[in-house]
Amino acid sequence: MLQDKDRIFTNLYGAHDPGLEGAKQRGAWHLTREMLEQGPDWLCTQIKESGLRGRGGAGFPTGLKWTFMPKSVGERPHYLVVNADESEPGTCKDREIMRHDPHLLIEGCMVASRAMRAHKCYVYLRGEYIAEREALEKAVKEAYEAKLIGKDNVNGWDFDLYVHHGAGAYICGEETALLESLEGKKGQPRLKPPFPANAGLYGCPTTVNNVESIAVVPTILRRGAQWFAGFGRPNNTGTKLFCISGHVNKPCNVEEEMSITFKDLIETHCGGIRGGWDNLKAVIPGGSSVPMVPAEQIMDAHMDFDTLRDLQSGLGTAAVIVMDKSTDLIQAIARIAYFYKHESCGQCTPCREGTGWMWRVLEQMVKGDAHHDDIEKLLDVSKQVEGHTICALGDAAAWPVQGLIRHFRHEIEDRITQYRAPRALVQGHTVAAE
Amino acid sequence: MALRRFDLEAGGDSFAFKPETEPTIAFWLGKYPEDKKRSAVIPMLWLAQKDNEGWLSEPAMREVADRLEMPYIRVYEVATFYTMFRLQPVGKHHIQLCGTTPCMLRGANDLKEVCHKAIGKPMSVTDDGRLSWEEVECLGACANAPMVQINDYYYEDLTPESLTEILGKLQNGAEVKPGTFVDRLNSAPEGGATSLLEGDLYDGSRNAISALPNLPKDAPADPAPQATEAPKTAAPTNTKREDGKTTLIKDSKPAPKTQDKPETVEIAAGEEDDLKRIKGIGPVNEKALNELGVYKFSQIAAWTPANVDWVEDFMSFPGRIEREDWIAQAKTLATGDETDFSKRVDAGEVESSKDEGDE
Repeated sequence: MLQDKDRIFTNLYGAHDPGLEGAKQRGAWHLTREMLEQGPDWLCTQIKESGLRGRGGAGFPTGLKWTFMPKSVGERPHYLVVNADESEPGTCKDREIMRHDPHLLIEGCMVASRAMRAHKCYVYLRGEYIAEREALEKAVKEAYEAKLIGKDNVNGWDFDLYVHHGAGAYICGEETALLESLEGKKGQPRLKPPFPANAGLYGCPTTVNNVESIAVVPTILRRGAQWFAGFGRPNNTGTKLFCISGHVNKPCNVEEEMSITFKDLIETHCGGIRGGWDNLKAVIPGGSSVPMVPAEQIMDAHMDFDTLRDLQSGLGTAAVIVMDKSTDLIQAIARIAYFYKHESCGQCTPCREGTGWMWRVLEQMVKGDAHHDDIEKLLDVSKQVEGHTICALGDAAAWPVQGLIRHFRHEIEDRITQYRAPRALVQGHTVAAE
Repeated sequence: MALRRFDLEAGGDSFAFKPETEPTIAFWLGKYPEDKKRSAVIPMLWLAQKDNEGWLSEPAMREVADRLEMPYIRVYEVATFYTMFRLQPVGKHHIQLCGTTPCMLRGANDLKEVCHKAIGKPMSVTDDGRLSWEEVECLGACANAPMVQINDYYYEDLTPESLTEILGKLQNGAEVKPGTFVDRLNSAPEGGATSLLEGDLYDGSRNAISALPNLPKDAPADPAPQATEAPKTAAPTNTKREDGKTTLIKDSKPAPKTQDKPETVEIAAGEEDDLKRIKGIGPVNEKALNELGVYKFSQIAAWTPANVDWVEDFMSFPGRIEREDWIAQAKTLATGDETDFSKRVDAGEVESSKDEGDE
């Protein structure tokens, strides 16, 4: 269990002043100049040694990602772009950082920019986060006025930070779609390579990082990489913001150590499962994109990248969606399928057509109005979408469906049988006719 | 994919930004490089929507396009792609109801019923012009589900009763404060937080350290924690972590220094080896190596790891020399033996190893 003194986001709930004075009191902007003076190699090494893995869902080592940037600045300037387009269903952690601890983020942006030899940083917020944008803009203004950032600032590294916002497109959380959007276009992902580290924003070397990955950086440097690496299991280190939603008694956001068990997490912070532990049915442990895990497998599982991967799921953004026995799982996944159908950018055919197809079939299955062999067909379509698209949205749409079939196929079958029993003579079916 | 079309009739023929919006427009334009004004298209459309009673008309899009010197179609494209741009008139208070799974699990469908009853079909506007609603995808406040966004702000932890009350107040012209509607502080657990209770987090004691740990000069040889916190308190109590085995990602290499530059030799013309017989070296790399003073297999064979780092850094391809194992190849070739690859080169089968002049 993480103790209060080891928490990074000490104003997670907004009980204290989010402004500069309050942030400084909580330890922000302390020794920043010293960090910047150490230069990129030291910064990257420290972050690598802390074991920090990207908090945006993929879990790629952050320090390593930074080293992909060119070692010297050529004609094209370097950019840091912070991905604050938090839209993965279940995820609501970056929001708390931006509205309650914005200075940790701004400081982190500056340090990360130094590590990548960038003088400019854009923070791309999702359009709906208007209150969060106002809070962040206010903090940026404070930082400029206190000469913490800007030209000739007290920290000795020229640095400009700009807040940008989107307008309601989940796909802009994909890094290249985000860059397209930031350039004023439709948010459609780019083909890679070239990777953003070579040609990103405006064709310049760019690194895109999640808000949480950036905001933890200054604290890691102040307290030491070993301190951060001391939490969690090997290869899954650090503290992590968990967002727990769904059928728990008290849903909440909380910072905990990596690798905490599911049971401890829920018992300590969420007041247990609604109706008791026997009432737990399944959990989506990392945001809507990852497959669900049934109750008996998740209960004692460590909440970290590797354990959940071994359970054929993933930690994703640590957005834990809990579902009790009253849940119609087919309906829950059908709603997620609708989400992906709605958010597909339309660029790749397997995703554009496949997401809609999967949603329609699932809606039929919610009623039971399908054939038994439709389950196999649905699985087959999901496999045809997975891995055949430019970005990972296709995969993200396929995995929840695969997770449902993997663990709860019997429920779909029962529903179909139940529906068909009184209609034994009905010929043919209309599934997927659209 | 959402298919969206705009309402050409309701938009009229003209649109102008309100004078008080101009400073905000200038603020946004100031964020992007001079020749990348187009980046401001989303913020500008958003401001236009604000100035046009909550929705985007076609003349408003054209105004934005003119200001950003963009073709109209590029702006139409953006306006129809992003779902926060509303392409038909909405009420004074537009309710966006989150219906995605986390909210659905906590009763968003009941809230939809409330909206249907109080307002009508999605995107229809009440007769008094005050309310309209639509279902949207995840708004990112899942720990406070179910929730709605009314114009700019979030109303969280709703029940059919509290939403009915909110809608009633808005319809009567009263204001409703955004935020949560149950006993909790933002996203803390209902009834009181379970963490962040210790007072010394907020008394400035975190600023007590006077120097950063792990600075180069005092870098400890052993990886044991030397931070201010004792490891026994920092270590997890609930995981089966083996002590002392914190995983650290492979040590990063220090920046290459000039003394790591490989040694050079002076040789007479015609004495150089054909470095292209090494897999991984083509005409371009060979030329670069020659410029560094590297002409012989024996030179490459003698490189130290520091030399390898230096060369990789110089030629900007980290890891490649090791991956392609140039050194082992060079050792073989330096003794006069052949590798599988060099045989193919000698037989003329490898296009990329031919000199430009060969053809």
